[in-house]
Amino acid sequence: MAEVKLDRITVQYGEKTAIGDFSLHVRDGECLTLLGPSPCGKTTVLRAIAGLAKLAGGEVTIGSRVVASKDRRIFIPPEKRNVGVVFQDYAVWPHMTVEANVLYPLKKRKVPKKEAKEQVDDVLKQVRMGDYAERMPFQLSGGQQQRVALARALVASQDVVLLDEPLTNLDANLREEMRFEIKRLQNETGITVIYVTHDQDIALVISDRIAVMDKTGSIRQLGAPEELCRNPVDSFVYRFLGLSNFIPVAIVDGEMYVRNGSESIPFPYPVPSGMGDGPFYAACRPMDIRLSREVADAGVEARTGAGAGAGAGGALKGLVTRVIYLGNIYEYRVQVGDSEIRVQQDSFEAFRHGVLREGEVCALSIDNIRYYDDMEEVS
Amino acid sequence: MRAGQSPRGSELRRMEGSRFNTGQLLLVISTVILIITVVLPVAMIVYNVFFYKWSFDWSLFASMLTDPDNLAAMWNTVKISFFVTTLGTVVGLFFAWLIGRSDIPLKGLMKSLFVIPYMFPPFIGAMAWGLLLAPRSGYINKMFMALTGGRTPLFNINTLAGIVFVELCYYFPFVFIQVSGALERMDPTLEESARIAGANQMTVIRRITMPLVVPAIAAGAMLILISSLSHFGVPAILGFSNGIFTLPTKIYELIYRASGSFEGIRRGASLSILLVAVVVLALALQRRVLRAGRYDIIRGKSMRPMLIKLRGWKAPMLLVCFVFLAITVILPLFTIFGVGFLKAYGVPMKLANMTLNNFKYVLFESRMARDSIRNSFFLSITSAVITMLVGTMIAYVIVKIQPRGKGVLEVLGILPYSIPGIVLAVGVILTWSGAFYLNLYNTIWIILIAYIARYMAFSMKSASASLEQVHDSLEEASRTCGASHFESLLDVTLPLIRPGMVAGFFLIFLPAMRELTTSLLLYGPFTRTMGVAIYSINEEGYTVQACALAGVAIIIIVLGELLLRFVTRERRGQ
Repeated sequence: MAEVKLDRITVQYGEKTAIGDFSLHVRDGECLTLLGPSPCGKTTVLRAIAGLAKLAGGEVTIGSRVVASKDRRIFIPPEKRNVGVVFQDYAVWPHMTVEANVLYPLKKRKVPKKEAKEQVDDVLKQVRMGDYAERMPFQLSGGQQQRVALARALVASQDVVLLDEPLTNLDANLREEMRFEIKRLQNETGITVIYVTHDQDIALVISDRIAVMDKTGSIRQLGAPEELCRNPVDSFVYRFLGLSNFIPVAIVDGEMYVRNGSESIPFPYPVPSGMGDGPFYAACRPMDIRLSREVADAGVEARTGAGAGAGAGGALKGLVTRVIYLGNIYEYRVQVGDSEIRVQQDSFEAFRHGVLREGEVCALSIDNIRYYDDMEEVS
Repeated sequence: MRAGQSPRGSELRRMEGSRFNTGQLLLVISTVILIITVVLPVAMIVYNVFFYKWSFDWSLFASMLTDPDNLAAMWNTVKISFFVTTLGTVVGLFFAWLIGRSDIPLKGLMKSLFVIPYMFPPFIGAMAWGLLLAPRSGYINKMFMALTGGRTPLFNINTLAGIVFVELCYYFPFVFIQVSGALERMDPTLEESARIAGANQMTVIRRITMPLVVPAIAAGAMLILISSLSHFGVPAILGFSNGIFTLPTKIYELIYRASGSFEGIRRGASLSILLVAVVVLALALQRRVLRAGRYDIIRGKSMRPMLIKLRGWKAPMLLVCFVFLAITVILPLFTIFGVGFLKAYGVPMKLANMTLNNFKYVLFESRMARDSIRNSFFLSITSAVITMLVGTMIAYVIVKIQPRGKGVLEVLGILPYSIPGIVLAVGVILTWSGAFYLNLYNTIWIILIAYIARYMAFSMKSASASLEQVHDSLEEASRTCGASHFESLLDVTLPLIRPGMVAGFFLIFLPAMRELTTSLLLYGPFTRTMGVAIYSINEEGYTVQACALAGVAIIIIVLGELLLRFVTRERRGQ
C-alpha cells in the first residue's frame, strides 16, 4: 500500500509532448481512474509511474520513495519500482503456463519456492483461475487471460497496481463481470489502484475518485463519481460522463428563450442565478426528460411557425421526429425549433403511458438542467 | 519525508550513475560488429582503388574503365541480366498465375516442385547443362549429330544465350514465389466484385489482378536482376572456355591470373566498384518501382480464390508444367547423378559403364574432397550460428530498443545484401591479409568472416520479422514483474523468437553449404569448400568425380531443406 504522487511531470516522445506539467496525488489504498478520450496521454501517465517512460521534467513518488526525478537525476528502472501493471493486451507470456506467469514476479524477487507456490495458489483462487494453473495462455479466453494478467500484477506488487484499459477488448458481459471483480479485489487487498480508461461506465463503477482528462492531457475535474455526476465543472466533463443534450438558449431582458433563428421560443425554466443576458447552453441528460402527449390545438401551433412554445402548463413543446426502440429503453428525437433533443424513456414506462409516434407533438419537462457557456467537443 | 530518504541516496545515485545499460551495450556491440565485418571491407576497396601509398590516384580506375575487355564484360553482364530478368519474370509470373488462379490439377505437388530450382546450386546446374549441351561433347548434341549425321550441334551452351538459359532456370522462382504469395494473400472479393460489376475474365486479370500483384512482380524481378548482375558460377563454368566474361568472372580472372599479387587485387577492386555501381543503380530502380505501387488490400489471411477454368487447355498446360520441370530440374539432376556414376566421362550412359567408385573416391579417398565437405559443414554451421545470434541482436536493437542511430545500423546490415559476393571477397582479402596486423589469408577464418558479412542481412531480416511478432508489452510486463532488461530478454523475448531463430539458422546454413563465389577467391590449400572443390575438380577435367561430389552436395542440401520444412511446419502447428 502506498500513495503515488506526480509532481508536474512532463513526458516527451521525440519532439511530441505526450504529457506536460501533470500533477496528481493518488491516495493510499484508493482506486483512482484516469478518464479521458484517446489519445489524451493517460497511458503515458501510467508508463511514467511504472518506469516505462522517461521523464522530461517533474518528479514521481511512490510511497516515500522518489522513483523518478528529472531535476535530481533519479531514474529507478521499472523492475525496482515494485509496481504491478496490467496491460491493455494483457501481455500474458504465451510460452509459460498460467502458474508460471503468475509465479514469475516471485521468482525474480527470490521468494522461497514453497511460500511462492502458496501465494500463487492464493491469488489464482482470488481471480477464480485456480483450476487453470496448468493451462497455456492460448487455451484461455480473453477474460481468463485478463485475470491471469491481473493475478500477476497483484503478485508483483502489494502496493500499487496500474491497469491500462484492460477491459476494452472484452465482450460486454465479461466487461461487466470483470469490473466488479476488480473492485472486489481492490476492496479485499486494499491495494492502491490506478485505472486508465475512456469508458465512463467502467470508471463510475470501480473508482473511488475519477480524474477526467481532456485531449491536451490536463485534468479537468477530480472527484468521487457521485460528485462528478452531480456537479460537472464544465461542458467537457458533462458531455464525457454520459449522453447529453445541449440546448442553445439565451437570456434576453431577464427572460430565457431557446435560440431559434429570428423567432424565439420561451424556455420555461427559472433563470439561473448570477447569469446576465447572452447566449449559452442548457445541458440535460436524455433520461432526465419526460415526454407527454399534448392536446390537438397545441399540435397545430407546433407545426405552424413557432414550432413549439410554452404551453398552458408552461412546458416546452416539440415534434417527435424519430422513435427508436433500444430494448430496455425507447429513444426519441424531438424537434424544438432548430434543435433536436434526444430523449430516453424506460420501455415499461413508455408502455404504460403509451409510446409516442413519429409526427406527434409532445410536451417536454426537463429535470436537472445545468447551464454552460460553451459546448466543448469531447473526441 | 525526503530527508528520511538519505540512506537510499547512494542507491539512487548508483542507479542513475549506471548509464551503460543493457540496451546501450547491445547497440555498441552491434555497431562495432557491423563496422568490422561490413564497413571495413567496403572502405578498403574504395581506399585501395583510389589511393596508392597514401595519395589519391585516379589513374588505375580510369585505365580499368577504358579497357575494352572490361567494357565488354560489363556489357555482357548487363545483357545477361536484362534477358534473365525479363524472361524469368515472364516465366515466374506465368506459372504463379497458372498455379494460383487456374483449376490446374496437382497444385500442392506443383507448388513444391517449382520451388526446387531455387534450392539447386546454379553452378551445378551449369555443369549439368555443359555436360548435355557443350558444342562437341555434350550428350544431347552428340545424339543430335548422330541422328542428323551432320556436324552442327543442336545448341551451344557456351554462349551468352546458354548462360541466360541456365540462369533463367534457377532464378525464375524469385518471381514465382513472390507472386504466388501475393496471389494467395489477395482478397478474392476484389476480383469477384469486378465480375459482379460486369467485367469479363480477361478484364479482371488485366485491370484488377495484375495491378494488385505489380509490387510482388517488381520485388521478384529486382531479386532476379540483382542476383544475376552479381552472379558468378554459371558464367564462370559456361563462359570461360569460350572467352565470355561478365564483371564478376572478370574480377575473378584478374585476381586469379595475377595469382594473388597486390596489383591484381587492386585491378579486381576497381572492377568491383564498377559492379557495385551497377547493382546500386538497380537497387535505386527497385526503390522507385516499389514505392510507386503499394496497396493495402493484400491481407495476411489466405482465402479461397475464384479459379479460372482451363477447360480444354488443362491437359496442354499440365504438359507445359511437366516439360518445364523435366528440363529445369529432372534433366540436370539426372545428368549429375548419371555422370557421377560413370566410369569415365564420355562413355555412353549404360548400366555396364556404371560404378560407385567416384562416390567412394570423393567420400573416402580424396583428401581434398573429404576436407571440402568437412570445411563446408564447419563454415556453414559456424557462420549460421554466429550470424543468427549477431543478426538477432542487431535486429533486437533496431526493432525494440530503437536508438537514435538505428537507421545507420539498418543500412549497414542490409549493405552486404547488395554487395556481390565476389566484391565482398575482394574487400575481405584487402582487410584481412595483414592490413590491420592480422593476416588470415589462406586460413578458414577469412572465409568465415566473409560468410558472416554475406549472410548478415538474411538473419537480420528473419529475426526482425519474428521480433515484430513479439509485442513490446510482453517485455514491459516482465520489467514490471521485477526482471531486469537482460533477464526479460532471456526469459521472455528469446524463448518467443527461438523458432524463428532456428529457421534463420537454416536460411544461412543452406546457401552457405552451396556457396561458391566468395570461397573461390578466399580458399587456401586446405580450406576448400564443397563449391570450390566441385569447381576445381571439374576445371581440372575430372568430370565424373566432380559430378559425384556435386551429387553429394545436392543430397546434403535437400536433406537440410527437408529439415527446414519440418522445423517451420512444427512451428506453424503450434
